[in-house]
Amino acid sequence: MAETVPVHEGLFATAADGAARLIAGRCRSCGQHHFPRTGTCPYCSAEDVEQTLLSADSSLWAWTAVTAAPPGYQGEVPFGFGVVELPEGVRGVTRLTEADPSKLVFGQPMQLTLDPLHTDDEGRTGVTYAFGARA
Amino acid sequence: MTTDVEVAGIGLHPFGRFEGKAVTDMGVAAVRAALADAGVGRGGFQAAFCGTAYSGVAAGHRVLDALGMTGGPIVDVEAGCASGGAAWMLAAGAIAAGKYDTVLVFGMEKMPKGIIRSSFFAPWQEAAGIAATPAYFALRAQRLMRESGVTRDHLAAVVVKNRRNGVHNPDAMFRKEVTAEEVLASRLVCEPLHLWMLCSPNEGAAALVLRRAGDGADSGRVTVEAAVLRSHLPGNVLSEATPMSGLVDDDVPPPTTLAATAAYEAAGLGPSDLDLVECQDTDAARELLSYEELGLCPRGDAAKLLEDGATELGGRLPVNASGGLLSKGEPLGASALGQLVELTRQLRGQAGERQVHGARVGLGHTVGRGANASVVILKR
Repeated sequence: MAETVPVHEGLFATAADGAARLIAGRCRSCGQHHFPRTGTCPYCSAEDVEQTLLSADSSLWAWTAVTAAPPGYQGEVPFGFGVVELPEGVRGVTRLTEADPSKLVFGQPMQLTLDPLHTDDEGRTGVTYAFGARA
Repeated sequence: MTTDVEVAGIGLHPFGRFEGKAVTDMGVAAVRAALADAGVGRGGFQAAFCGTAYSGVAAGHRVLDALGMTGGPIVDVEAGCASGGAAWMLAAGAIAAGKYDTVLVFGMEKMPKGIIRSSFFAPWQEAAGIAATPAYFALRAQRLMRESGVTRDHLAAVVVKNRRNGVHNPDAMFRKEVTAEEVLASRLVCEPLHLWMLCSPNEGAAALVLRRAGDGADSGRVTVEAAVLRSHLPGNVLSEATPMSGLVDDDVPPPTTLAATAAYEAAGLGPSDLDLVECQDTDAARELLSYEELGLCPRGDAAKLLEDGATELGGRLPVNASGGLLSKGEPLGASALGQLVELTRQLRGQAGERQVHGARVGLGHTVGRGANASVVILKR
């Protein structure tokens, strides 16, 4: 099996139960979550941000499909693209594993997964986070 | 405004594709025209502000260098789709503050073809496919459809309206009417947006000369009533700031609303006082969303305002009488100033077949990456 590498460090992690989770920042001052995690809260500018893992479950808020490769992208098209709502009060921009918009509905339960992107000359496959319909 | 500011001259290089023509040459053409229109010669302005996003370092300097008009301050401004609006705010503000009497403001662009590669996105975002600008437009369109009863037919109707207006604009890139059927039959780029619902990035330049308004009544004079630029507040996941996350909150005021509210207050006017609007129609849904964000109609009523024919040429409040970006195309740095050239022509009664009869108050609006939103109100 090809070696997999995350598309970027610090975006997602594997939780104790083996499932992928997004790494967010939670502001100890105002309580809001942000993703990706930064050192400063975007909502109140406090620097007291702790790392937390967002829930793997979400509901679908907006979606489309990307039909032509965007700049710098070497993976397959079409692919799904949308926004999910997470229980932590966060809306997140994400790839979707479903590339046919007609198969999705508003509020559909979604689950985090990891999606392969592109295998480079050395056989390493980049992976990123994506949400798919919950089975 | 502390000191009244007026538009002394306008100049435009047409928007389109000009193979082999340098962006500096387009800027020169627009600046030359604006200075001639204002009757201002070499040394007749004390400062220049240039809006551009893709023209490289010291783009405005290169234009004025080519004209032999350097020596004064030249400020190059980048603010995405609102670059021209940002340059305008600085130019008008400098006169209003009493710093200068006459200022040149111009913008130009020669956009790359296809989906624009933006240094705004990090390499990992590109690798993950999420630097897909039209996809963000599509998500915004889908939410507007859900929240405001906008349908595919409404999106097509915006394109039909603007392209019909563009027929009468000799400076527009597309000057042929289209039908709703043709729009909906064009390639699906990102559901629900078809190719013809998206404006084309292109090339062009616009320039205006601003000066301190003279004493005494001049009925033909076009004055600057507001020149506002705003950025985004955090929290709106689909704002032009294109963040990776936001809050479950539908009431974060968008930058367009922040700018419009400040502009109406500065001008002492409201949406009901407007005679025409030139607004950001990067995609068909963006125009409808602008109706709501600019307060041209209550939230949720954009489709109704369009259906009523209010925003048609000949309607109560024509929007994008110039043909909008859907007809003109979008050269970022020239986009906002192109709107202001159009508004000035309209307020002077020089807009030919697309003239909004008796127009006295016009609003220009751009919004884009940053986020940046600019709102300008001109009055005759």
